[in-house]
Amino acid sequence: MQCLSDLGAACCGRLAKLGGAGGHRRRLLEMGFVPGTRFRVVRRVDIGGVLELELRGCRVTLRTTEARDILVEDVFE
Amino acid sequence: MSPSAPPVAESARPTTARIALAGNPNAGKTTVFNRLTGRTAKVANYPGITVEIEEGRWVLPRSGPVTLVDVPGSYSLSAHSAEERVAIEAVAGLDPYPRPDAVVVVADATELARHLYFVLQVLELDRPTVLALTMVDSLESTGRSIDTTALSDALGIPVVQVVTSKDRGIEELTRIVDGLLESDSRPRVADPFDEPESLHRAVEDVAAYVPDAWHRGDPMRARALARWAMLTSDEPDATAGLPAPLIAAANRHREAALAEGRDLDAEIVGARFAWIDARIDRFVRRDEPDTRTWTDRVDDLLLHPILGFALFVALMTVVFQALFVGADPFIGWIEDGVGFVADLVGGWLPEGLFRDFVVSGVIEGVGAVLVFLPQILLMFLFLGLLEDTGYMARVVFLMDRIMRRVGLHGRAFVPMLSGFACAVPAILATRTMERRRDRLLTMMVVPLMTCSARLPVYGLMIAAIYPLGSGDRPFTQGLLMAAMYLFSIVVALFAAGVLGRTLLKGKQPPLVLQMPPYRRPNAKVIGRGMVRRAGIFVKEAGTVILACTIAMWVLLTFPREPELDRDYAALRAEASAELPAEELEERLAALDAEENGDRLRHSYAGQLGRTIEPAIEPLGFDWKVGVGLIGAFAAREVFVSTMAVVYGLDTELDEHSAPLRKKISQHTDSAGNKVFTPRTCLSLMVFFALACQCLSTLAAAKRESGGYGWPVFMFAYMTALAWIASFAVYQGMGLFGFE
Repeated sequence: MQCLSDLGAACCGRLAKLGGAGGHRRRLLEMGFVPGTRFRVVRRVDIGGVLELELRGCRVTLRTTEARDILVEDVFE
Repeated sequence: MSPSAPPVAESARPTTARIALAGNPNAGKTTVFNRLTGRTAKVANYPGITVEIEEGRWVLPRSGPVTLVDVPGSYSLSAHSAEERVAIEAVAGLDPYPRPDAVVVVADATELARHLYFVLQVLELDRPTVLALTMVDSLESTGRSIDTTALSDALGIPVVQVVTSKDRGIEELTRIVDGLLESDSRPRVADPFDEPESLHRAVEDVAAYVPDAWHRGDPMRARALARWAMLTSDEPDATAGLPAPLIAAANRHREAALAEGRDLDAEIVGARFAWIDARIDRFVRRDEPDTRTWTDRVDDLLLHPILGFALFVALMTVVFQALFVGADPFIGWIEDGVGFVADLVGGWLPEGLFRDFVVSGVIEGVGAVLVFLPQILLMFLFLGLLEDTGYMARVVFLMDRIMRRVGLHGRAFVPMLSGFACAVPAILATRTMERRRDRLLTMMVVPLMTCSARLPVYGLMIAAIYPLGSGDRPFTQGLLMAAMYLFSIVVALFAAGVLGRTLLKGKQPPLVLQMPPYRRPNAKVIGRGMVRRAGIFVKEAGTVILACTIAMWVLLTFPREPELDRDYAALRAEASAELPAEELEERLAALDAEENGDRLRHSYAGQLGRTIEPAIEPLGFDWKVGVGLIGAFAAREVFVSTMAVVYGLDTELDEHSAPLRKKISQHTDSAGNKVFTPRTCLSLMVFFALACQCLSTLAAAKRESGGYGWPVFMFAYMTALAWIASFAVYQGMGLFGFE
């Protein structure tokens, strides 16, 4: 398993595990970050540290610091 | 049929039916609301625009008028923020909100999977429901389409595709809701959606603790509210008002699951997404290959950490220059119009106190503020374009790295952007943030953003320094205006950084953001937004500002017979006796002007202004500006109207028709030096940028923070900051040799 924050643009994979706790973790779940979900990294901006992902055909952005709490598997480019 | 279900016959219905309009933020809900009710609430292409519940009248062909409730936009029906709490209470009909007779869920077709999560939550509540799909035209432009029949069959509710700008689907939606009210049809979707057996048992157990008044004998509804409690129970902030036994039961199951190594949150949320994932390919058809790539290509540029930022600043400079160049002819027309009316009325009325009141007080005072209507209209045209195209969401993305550094919530940028319009709705928009600390921090710095009430003051000052068309370097006015906006952002971020490390310490707030595809802006929507803002501005000019202007006029005019410094009647007599005819006229005119100035200085406002003069003199302001500042503490625009009254009273009547910006730029003191030098103007603009001169803002902050402490603090720190910064600007420029 890898950290979502370590992936570059155009990486695809599956969400495996969500760290963190409470409301923020639940918000991620409700935005579709459910374990097992397939995703694609659309964009990675290193200055500023933001990741844009595609999940179920929807676009979501999150900070790389928050992506550190998300573990992924089956990663390919 | 449940006891409170709407009766079949319209005549038997005791009160008007209530329809809740719910959906994710940014789903186009407010546009649908406006289209159905004819109301013009603000619509924007970024999340979190609706913060207060709005209600409108919607006339159905058979059921007659019903109440349509615009529920705040929410990502889910589990409460993480004040806004989402309101959303679930309004849709579920928990106290104090009456139970809706039907629910219209609005979902964005381009992000169907995520929006369906919300739809499923609404269906669990077991009310007659219809799904309205928006952004269908956007979806079609990317080569996809929605199979409405498959979606409708799977969900067990009617589904309508709506394009408000083309009136597509509106009639169908109206007809379906009309039918729902008469037949009380319920969703036929299977409950619970693919819920694992162990989870289902836990939900049933917690459901037993849901109060009867909440579920009204409906087990499906009880289970839905149980899931809500289970997703909320470990957050003390969000559970306020929930029955203690319900929270206890939810927490018991949460802990039991944790002990088994299970994760209840992921199971509950995952069950709904599992249902969606199993079917989404049947709902969305791909007719052509994905054409979203052009949005991506544009984003590669606009979201670039350096280029994107530079483009944003460049765009803003162009916008602000356009504010001057584009508005200038219209401003000229309004100035001429006001001058014409003032001369006309001045000619009709007999000379005296009443004529002075009408001409110098009412017409010129309010006219001086109305002159800025074109700039405000243009400002909202640009803001509307930025919001409606989806560029605003990119700006939030670009700004996050800065926002994060100062400890602001990622979503704080939305209220801060609305702060460019007005701090009052911006303070209300802080409700989109979950935590009180984030809300307060944003609330404290939002009034520093350059609101539209500062525009007249900046406009006046910049026009005084650099009149348009005076042969200056191009873009001077726009750059100066952009600099003022940038200055306000920098100071607001700095203030947030300081407050966030001292009074309002807190952990780094998370950011999860959606990036909508670029859309073609809707002229109607933007036009309505402009008209609405202009209406508010004109209404305010006609009420609050008019009242303040009249009050300032009274203070400036009375006492009528003050103790003057010199005996002007004697001086006039002396001049008439001594001077030859050709010099006499000039001397008499000079004496008149001196007497007017003397009267002004001895008026109540003049006395007040001179009292505070020692405090504002180091900032480069004389007592006349002081009079304007006193008026401006009620509302900033009053400064402009007060200055109009001050300079109107100060000069000869035949100069009345000269517009204020000309009078200001030509005004000299007794020694013949210009009063409004660039140094004074800059100092004054900085003062207006920072000082808390708005009673409505303080009132809104009091309401939202729940006490007097925070607004008093806001007023104190902003005013102190304003004084210090103006002092630094004025004295600093003095050191560098500026006059």
